[in-house]
Amino acid sequence: MSTLDFNAELAAAGANVHSRWGAVRFFVRRYPLGAIGAVIMAIFVLAAIFAPFLTVYDPLTTNAAVSLAKPSAGHWLGCDFMGRDVYSRIIYGARISLAVSVGSMLLGSSVGVAVGLLSGYLLGWFDLVTQRILEMMQSLPLLVMAIIMAAALGPSLHNTILAIAIPLVPYVARVIRANTLSLREQPFVEAAKAIGMSETRIALRHVLPNTLAPLIVLATAQLGSTILTESSLSFLGLGVPEPHPSWGRMLSESAAEYVRTAPWLVIFPGMAISFVVFGTNLLGDALRDLLDPRQRS
Amino acid sequence: MGAYVVRRFGLMVITLFGISVLIFVLLRLTPGNIADILFDAGGYVDPADKARIEQQLGLDKPIVLQYMDWIGGLAHGDLGFSYQTEKPAIDEIAPRIPITARLAVIALTFSVLIGVPLGVISAVKQNTILDYFLRVLSLSGLSMPSFWLGLLILMGFVAYFGTIPIYSDQPSGFWNTLLMYSVPAAAVGFRSSALMMRLTRSSMLEVLRQDYIRTARSKGASEVAINYYHALKNALLPVITVIGIEAAFLLGGLIVTETVFNIPGVARFLVEAIRWRDYPMVQNLVMFIAVVVVTINFIIDMLYAAVDPRIKYGN
Repeated sequence: MSTLDFNAELAAAGANVHSRWGAVRFFVRRYPLGAIGAVIMAIFVLAAIFAPFLTVYDPLTTNAAVSLAKPSAGHWLGCDFMGRDVYSRIIYGARISLAVSVGSMLLGSSVGVAVGLLSGYLLGWFDLVTQRILEMMQSLPLLVMAIIMAAALGPSLHNTILAIAIPLVPYVARVIRANTLSLREQPFVEAAKAIGMSETRIALRHVLPNTLAPLIVLATAQLGSTILTESSLSFLGLGVPEPHPSWGRMLSESAAEYVRTAPWLVIFPGMAISFVVFGTNLLGDALRDLLDPRQRS
Repeated sequence: MGAYVVRRFGLMVITLFGISVLIFVLLRLTPGNIADILFDAGGYVDPADKARIEQQLGLDKPIVLQYMDWIGGLAHGDLGFSYQTEKPAIDEIAPRIPITARLAVIALTFSVLIGVPLGVISAVKQNTILDYFLRVLSLSGLSMPSFWLGLLILMGFVAYFGTIPIYSDQPSGFWNTLLMYSVPAAAVGFRSSALMMRLTRSSMLEVLRQDYIRTARSKGASEVAINYYHALKNALLPVITVIGIEAAFLLGGLIVTETVFNIPGVARFLVEAIRWRDYPMVQNLVMFIAVVVVTINFIIDMLYAAVDPRIKYGN
């Protein structure tokens, strides 16, 4: 078998996989917390997609009349200093925060997969040099690395994605490399060689698909950390620039001084960040349990 | 063992050298240097003035020479001058180190004191309500941005005491000092304790499945003796190794926490230096962080080899 098969994994764990709902029902029963995580994530994704239908106020329109208005029937979560509706900004902020974190997770993972696969496949000096460079990158805290990248690239939406993606590369690359190293010794790779398949084809058609399970586990876990990194960067003013309503940015505008005067500006954006990361963590744990049998308890 | 220590030390030096090149090159990619920023503030650019400032700061030299100047200086303990304050960089950095170090040590203590016992309890009571509760608690700890937790703590202070704890250079008495550092340290430490707890739990579960635990149980050892004498001792080994990861994790968390609590430590200083594009400061600070993380990892590797008799290096 050369591809990841959720159904096979589920069947091995005792699910009725003949109907699609059977698999879902099994997942929900066996991993209730994971299912809750998936629901939380789905809510945020839907909110991001349908933002215009869920909000009345424009997230960017300022209105001095309601500056620092308390939460009320008109403005559910209150207004910020410039009179912008906090609820609208959180819903639209889901677009920015999720786009940046999913984007950097995908970018970081793809580069990581490419580097890890090449490194584990070519070995030799390429592997040696790559491993040293990855080690160096990993010896700096993720946030420090992202801060330097953000500072070096300058503030913009694209650069923020890049600044978060690059520090992720070593974490993905090292897992994929380790996987590739063990996969290339497997009988099915030998068989592919025996029937005269090219190395490139083996790497792409047989080795790569088999690294998918650890990759999914890793990517889910990283989505949480990219969301947190984005919010930290934006909080420090080094991430998503104005006027985009990013959750971290909302907190930086409202930080310490509003703790006293307008707590709603501090509480709600932070809750949005925490909830969505909590969702990814719950789902990530369940997926690891399902896809990584060594960790199964 | 001796050969291993030497090889491991060599690797550490190479890593640090690589990091220094990496940081140096990255910072030179930045659009605009300190001269541009100074002129931005002034509102006009006089090319002659700009060239003079760049020459004064050594920015006109080839990048390789600039790098050599920096590393050569580091070797002599000369960290250069801050562009921003024009004071020697060492005088700016040195007084901030103890502040961040105290925060980090208290936060780490906090995370071990809370994380390890809760991890053990969670593992021993696996799949009970208590275990589920503790797992959800630790996950929520990992899900909250530490700067937000810091802000919530500040909010609690406002609600109960009507005031925000303010950092001061000369706190009165030992307990006040401890309290002043403990509050921000708890904000960072909560996140770390969550990580610690998860690791202890999985490590404990691994150990509890081992044969010697069954042996201990069959010879009639009490559950308490099994869990805390036989299992915990072995489960803590992998936990020691993550203290290195934890240190890097903590330093990242301290950057935002020092900003929230307005503490003049090394971590917040890094953000300020970056805003000012103060190259010598940023380089030195990042280098300092790298040295700390790499050294801690080195020490932990050595410690691990010393503590775990199964590991024999250099054969």
